[in-house]
Amino acid sequence: MKKILIVDDEPNIVMSLEYTFKKNNFEVFIARDGQEALDLLKTESPDVIILDVMMPMVDGFATIEQIKKDDRLKDCKVIFLSAKNKESDIEKGLSLGADLYMTKPFSIKKLVEQVNGLVGL
Amino acid sequence: MSSAALLVILSVYLALLFFVAHWAEKKAKSKWTNNPYVYSLSLAVYCSAWTYYGSIGVAANSGLNYLPTYIGPIIIIPAWMVVLRKIIRISRVNKISSIADFISLRYGNSRFLGALVSLVCLFGILPYIALQLKAIAETFHVVTKTSLSSNFLNDTTTYVAIALALFASYYGTRYVDASEKRKGIVTAVAMESLLKLFFFLLVGMYVTFFVFDGFEDIYQKASVMKDFAQKNTIGGIPQAINWFLLCVVSLFAIFLLPRQFQMSVIENNRESHVKTAVWLFPLYLLLINIFVYPIAWGGNILFEGSNVNADTYSLLIPQLMGNKTITVLVFLGGFSAAISMIVVSCIGLSTMLSNNVLIPYGFLGTLTSGSPEQNTRRIVNIRKVGIFSLIILAYFIYRVVVLDYNLVSIGLVSFVVIAQLAPSFFGAITWRRGSRRGAITGIIAGFAVCTYTLLIPYATGASHIGSSFISDGLFGIALLKPFALFGLDYLTPIPHALFWSMFANIFVFMSVSVTFRGNYRERNYAEMFVDIDKYITMHESAFIWKGTAYTSDINKVLKRFLGEERTKRAMSIFHTKYGVDNNQDLADARLIKFAENLLTGHIGTASAKILIASVVKEEKITLPEVLKILEESHENIIINKKLTETSNELKAITGELKEANEKLIRKDKQKDEFLDTVTHELRTPITAIKAASEILHDDDDVPEEIRKQFLQNIISESDRLNRLIDKILDLEKFETGKQKINAAYNNLDHTIEKALEPLQQLIRNKGISIHQVQCGITDAFYDEDRIVQVITNLISNAIKFCPEQNGNIYITVNDDDTEITTIIKDNGKGINPEDIDTIFDKFYQSNNQNIKKPVGSGLGLAISRQIIEYHGGKIWAANSKEGGANLIFTLPKS
Repeated sequence: MKKILIVDDEPNIVMSLEYTFKKNNFEVFIARDGQEALDLLKTESPDVIILDVMMPMVDGFATIEQIKKDDRLKDCKVIFLSAKNKESDIEKGLSLGADLYMTKPFSIKKLVEQVNGLVGL
Repeated sequence: MSSAALLVILSVYLALLFFVAHWAEKKAKSKWTNNPYVYSLSLAVYCSAWTYYGSIGVAANSGLNYLPTYIGPIIIIPAWMVVLRKIIRISRVNKISSIADFISLRYGNSRFLGALVSLVCLFGILPYIALQLKAIAETFHVVTKTSLSSNFLNDTTTYVAIALALFASYYGTRYVDASEKRKGIVTAVAMESLLKLFFFLLVGMYVTFFVFDGFEDIYQKASVMKDFAQKNTIGGIPQAINWFLLCVVSLFAIFLLPRQFQMSVIENNRESHVKTAVWLFPLYLLLINIFVYPIAWGGNILFEGSNVNADTYSLLIPQLMGNKTITVLVFLGGFSAAISMIVVSCIGLSTMLSNNVLIPYGFLGTLTSGSPEQNTRRIVNIRKVGIFSLIILAYFIYRVVVLDYNLVSIGLVSFVVIAQLAPSFFGAITWRRGSRRGAITGIIAGFAVCTYTLLIPYATGASHIGSSFISDGLFGIALLKPFALFGLDYLTPIPHALFWSMFANIFVFMSVSVTFRGNYRERNYAEMFVDIDKYITMHESAFIWKGTAYTSDINKVLKRFLGEERTKRAMSIFHTKYGVDNNQDLADARLIKFAENLLTGHIGTASAKILIASVVKEEKITLPEVLKILEESHENIIINKKLTETSNELKAITGELKEANEKLIRKDKQKDEFLDTVTHELRTPITAIKAASEILHDDDDVPEEIRKQFLQNIISESDRLNRLIDKILDLEKFETGKQKINAAYNNLDHTIEKALEPLQQLIRNKGISIHQVQCGITDAFYDEDRIVQVITNLISNAIKFCPEQNGNIYITVNDDDTEITTIIKDNGKGINPEDIDTIFDKFYQSNNQNIKKPVGSGLGLAISRQIIEYHGGKIWAANSKEGGANLIFTLPKS
């Protein structure tokens, strides 16, 4: 069973993502901001991380920087899912090592397809 | 009263004078010394002992004839205001320190003319000062009932003269720059003017209402005296002409007397003071004349038949009635009148003597080699000695030349002598063609006539004895009778002398000026004097000069007199004023005029010119050239002024544009940030709605419970979206000023209650305790709905900040005199210090590319700020020491 970490501070969005990925046979982990995610990643190494950008405390960009420093997580795919849709934001996200940058609002179907593609399902 | 007692009173009075002068010097900047009333009162130095005693004598002996001396000035006052302003301006920009400077500068800065004017003044004024001393002596003896002693050591006047000489030479020469203001002297003179008026009115009322039974009583008793009717007529046409000429000589005096010029021009430190003087000075003259007539005729009634000097009626009447106090007070008033005239005249004369005679004709050589300190000391000493010797000289005239004339006649002789300056003086500011030669010859001609018709007869005492010179004329030629020159026999000596001397003076002045053209320098100054208003701001530019001069040479000369420090300061003023480069080797005309001005106050205009001329090489310019340059320079001044104005305007506009531009950039950035935030804020609920609906749409197997949850999410996110739109619109309304505030008196506790209501569910869910103390304020003035919105926003924020467990929110209200302060405090982590100043900004989260999620929606706090600012209050955030954030707002009470 593939593992997925959802990092977002919007509970309603998280709820939809959690339901969908559970239904698609993922083991789902949830963090409400970057700090929680990094704490969780100390013990878990998910296959995919869905990362929001604007969050309280530690934001998405700072989080991916930490993730990329961790050798243990080098196979972990990161997808940005953000309402920030300016080109400069997208470029920044990808340059930090994300595999994909999706803008909100997004299509759940497409997101699942992308995630499946990334983990080779 | 004994001499000793009166001497004690005099000494106390003089000490008081010293004290006032001393105090005023110390308070030179205070409004007690710098006000139009002090200025106007100081002009009353015009009223000397002549007015104080002499008018009564004239009124007693020859009726109304005392009046022209006051009517003249009163008539001219409206014109005086206009002319005086011009004179003050000319004197200020040229650093003029005496009437001799004024006249000589206008006629090409002529050394000879300056000396001539000074000598005329000296001639006219010295006997007049002597007479003031005589008045002091005589009245002293009247009060003490003693008689004049032939031993000068027993004469009180000796000591008074010495005391005055000390006073005047000390306070009159405090500054080496003679154009500086002498606050001490001016204030002391103003005080004396007040005192002499007061004492005069006092004795007037005493005589009129206590000795007699009012004006009516005096008139009735006087009208039966034998010569009353004859004394109190104007006396037909010839007498009317006499009157007219006396008025004319007095109105000249108000401009030309050295003491009037000193007080009205040199000591004027604000042009606007003239406005007050224009009504106060004539009023003063009127007041001091009210009781002249009653006292004079009261005296005539009381002393009928006895041989007493009518000049001293104001002392004799109270003395006769046995009122010592009033006698002494009147004496002090007369003393004040005399000494203020003496002191101010001597200061004026000594400045002229030093700056227009002694320095340019003698001491200049010594001064050019001295150090600045030595020079300052020398110049001040010359003036000190000048003042001292003038008073002592006047004392000698009084002691040695027995002056058996009454106060008025010598006063008027003095006026006629001074009037010789009138044509060149008034010509200076009105007639461009007036030339140096015209002025010199005019003054000499007028003075000669005046000597023949007045000075010689008076000096030889001929007018009293009656001699063949008077009755038959020089060499027995009837046409040359000094009091009836060329057969003009119906005028009294004074108007007669005035008429002929003025006739000669004006005729010669004008004809010589028209016949012989003046040189370019005269013409240059003529322009600057006549059109002073054109040149007032940049008057150095109007000075024409051609030649070679080095800045360093001029600097050297300046340093000799001003010292290193002041020269440097003056030069930097010059450089700033004209925008000239500091390191310019060659000096231009402006610098030469500027340097002359700097020296003028110290050594007079003539010497200043000589000194500067000695270090520069001037080329001659022809008159047509001068006229051309003047025209050009005038145009240049106008153009320059316009350019400066335009450039200043441009600068101001550029500044405004820059500011506006920066503001626009800031606004633009804010707008971008606003859109960024708003779109982000809008997308978030849409994202949630879309995700939930997509699931519900695509997946038919969603369990009932989860399906309901998703639907619930859709509803709440829709609400959120709606609220967001409301907030944006709200904010927009506040920004554009469309928002209305419906303020009323409210109970703040109720308002807080209302604000908490919708949040109760959330508070319970998070297990937060609210700590609130009732404040009991029932009369706070605000729009309740809006303040509910603010408090709700702030508390929601506090809720978000609160820790998961044991969240506490404290609501406190402080009430003071001016405002009500509401503090909402939580026990969370506090606000990031970087954000503390910006969290109430509309879009603060995007500052510094900050991508952290904002506290709250970002808009709620911004709206809160708008609401509070609309109420005239303030809102801000602060972290408290023990942790947690404080969100604070104030509401003003009024």
